[in-house]
Amino acid sequence: MPLKKEGKPKIKGVSYAKYGYLFSLPFVIVFLVFMLYPTLFTAVIGFTDFKGVVATSFKFLEQPFDNFASIFANKTFRTSLVNTIVIWTMNFIPQMGLALLLTAWFTNRSRRIRGQGAFKVLFYLPNIITAASVAILYGVIFAYPIGPINDILQSLHLLKAPFDFSTSPWAAKFVVAFIQFWQWYGYTTIILISGVLGINPELFEAAEIDGASPRQTFFQITLPCMRTILIFTLITSLIGGLNMFDIPKLYIWNGGPANATMTTSVFIYAQAFSGTYLYNKAAAASMIMFVIIAILSAFTFFLMRDRSEARAIRAMKRMEKLKKGAAV
Amino acid sequence: MKLRRKVNIGIYIVCGILAILSIMPFWIMIVNATRSTVQIQQHAVSLIPSTHILENWKVLTGKTFNPFTGFINSVIISTGATACAVYFSTLTAYALVAYEWKMRQPFFTVILAVMMIPTQVISIGFYQFMYRIGMTNNLLALILPAIAAPMTVFFMRQYMLPSLNLDIVASARIDGAGEFRTFNSIVLPIMKPAMATQAIFTYVISWNALFMPMILLTKKENYTMPVMVSLLKGDIYKTEYGAVYLALTLSILPLFIVYFLLSKYIIAGVALGSVKE
Repeated sequence: MPLKKEGKPKIKGVSYAKYGYLFSLPFVIVFLVFMLYPTLFTAVIGFTDFKGVVATSFKFLEQPFDNFASIFANKTFRTSLVNTIVIWTMNFIPQMGLALLLTAWFTNRSRRIRGQGAFKVLFYLPNIITAASVAILYGVIFAYPIGPINDILQSLHLLKAPFDFSTSPWAAKFVVAFIQFWQWYGYTTIILISGVLGINPELFEAAEIDGASPRQTFFQITLPCMRTILIFTLITSLIGGLNMFDIPKLYIWNGGPANATMTTSVFIYAQAFSGTYLYNKAAAASMIMFVIIAILSAFTFFLMRDRSEARAIRAMKRMEKLKKGAAV
Repeated sequence: MKLRRKVNIGIYIVCGILAILSIMPFWIMIVNATRSTVQIQQHAVSLIPSTHILENWKVLTGKTFNPFTGFINSVIISTGATACAVYFSTLTAYALVAYEWKMRQPFFTVILAVMMIPTQVISIGFYQFMYRIGMTNNLLALILPAIAAPMTVFFMRQYMLPSLNLDIVASARIDGAGEFRTFNSIVLPIMKPAMATQAIFTYVISWNALFMPMILLTKKENYTMPVMVSLLKGDIYKTEYGAVYLALTLSILPLFIVYFLLSKYIIAGVALGSVKE
């Protein structure tokens, strides 16, 4: 009997295709109403004169790109965009560095570090705690003149007088970046370790037989095999970083000293929802962020699509082999 | 061999320091929740709890912070959103896996494409839309959108592809079961482990959300826990350190309990979420 082209058995005469449509209908309806429509609406508002607390009517601007031009010319917006990227970088580089180091240690087969499960649980803990609470907690921990950090630094004689972390722009940026780092390095470590565990163990065995040192194994085998995961982690972290809101919003009020912790999300919130009600400007800024994020997520999209295609091709080859085996 | 042992000790020390770094802020918080503001202002760090927790409670609840309201609203929203996201994502994944329909591939492509887009960047349009249909201050505005959760659908599909045997579905058909009943009584039980994992993460993400609740909920009786927490930043609690620490402890405690009960599954779930072969 010849093998069927598709692996799935089909019952002749009855078409079940309509159930495919029916069962994805709730998703499609909610997606159109609560995601696509608000996206288009945001885009439209970006081209209008829409502002004011109770305003519901608006008209299109004569110069359609006025809002975008004024946002790009807005010094605070440019500062917020730079801040967002600077704070993200300040958090991501040490985060990735530490995560790679921990991954190298935890997956080193000759070291056999014990207690990994407990360490992972503790490292991941800050990630699950409400960012709003964490931000306020760090606010009181770094309080001036008397707060836990000033207390500790003074009793260790590292500081003579209490330091006001909330008036120095770089100290404020540093604390926000540190909180992000503290919340996310555990997550990244777990992702990277699971990535290493997914690498074909034969590669490591071969390296061991060839007499490669753990260092060589890590740099020559582990890292190259993890390229996709590393890129994926980078991009998802960047997308998250571009939306950074809870920590900068609640650690220091109103963007911090000299707007040092003003991120784009805090800027958009301030434009639309705290007193000025400039919905059109906020919408224009949102759409700028939307485009940046859409470009970034396109990368992950192609990355994942290529992987699933590669997997499908491999599966097909395996099937071919099986077929040949069956024929012989 | 000796060098290796020394290096290992170094590794344990670094990991120990990181572990303390994870715990320390929360320890300070819990201890300070029991100390009076005066004690905190004399020495901000103490490892020993004190006895002023009731005073702090009175100061805290005597002002704007209402932990019960925040807790109940957060439970309603997170439970509703999680139930919607998990059930409908599984249903959508089932449509993608079990049936052959013309739009199946394009539909999946759309899901992949929008998976990474955060709702925050469309908040202006979302808020205006909700305002027009009178759904600001309506908890449903934060629950219903969870029905379309592209990330969860993607995860469910990945899990369903290898674990759902379509022969079982076919034999249920022969036995005369309707398609919807087959899904509820045969497919859902198979998907239980994946649903549990996704439920935990959806719940936590929904519980922790600040941006959307903050713009949509303007009446105090609708505030979620994180929005309630944001009140602590205002002038009202400016110098009431004891009360602030207590409020933070109350907002974090439920998550602590859940985390230490489910940490095994949560860590496994995080690892599963990574893209791997």
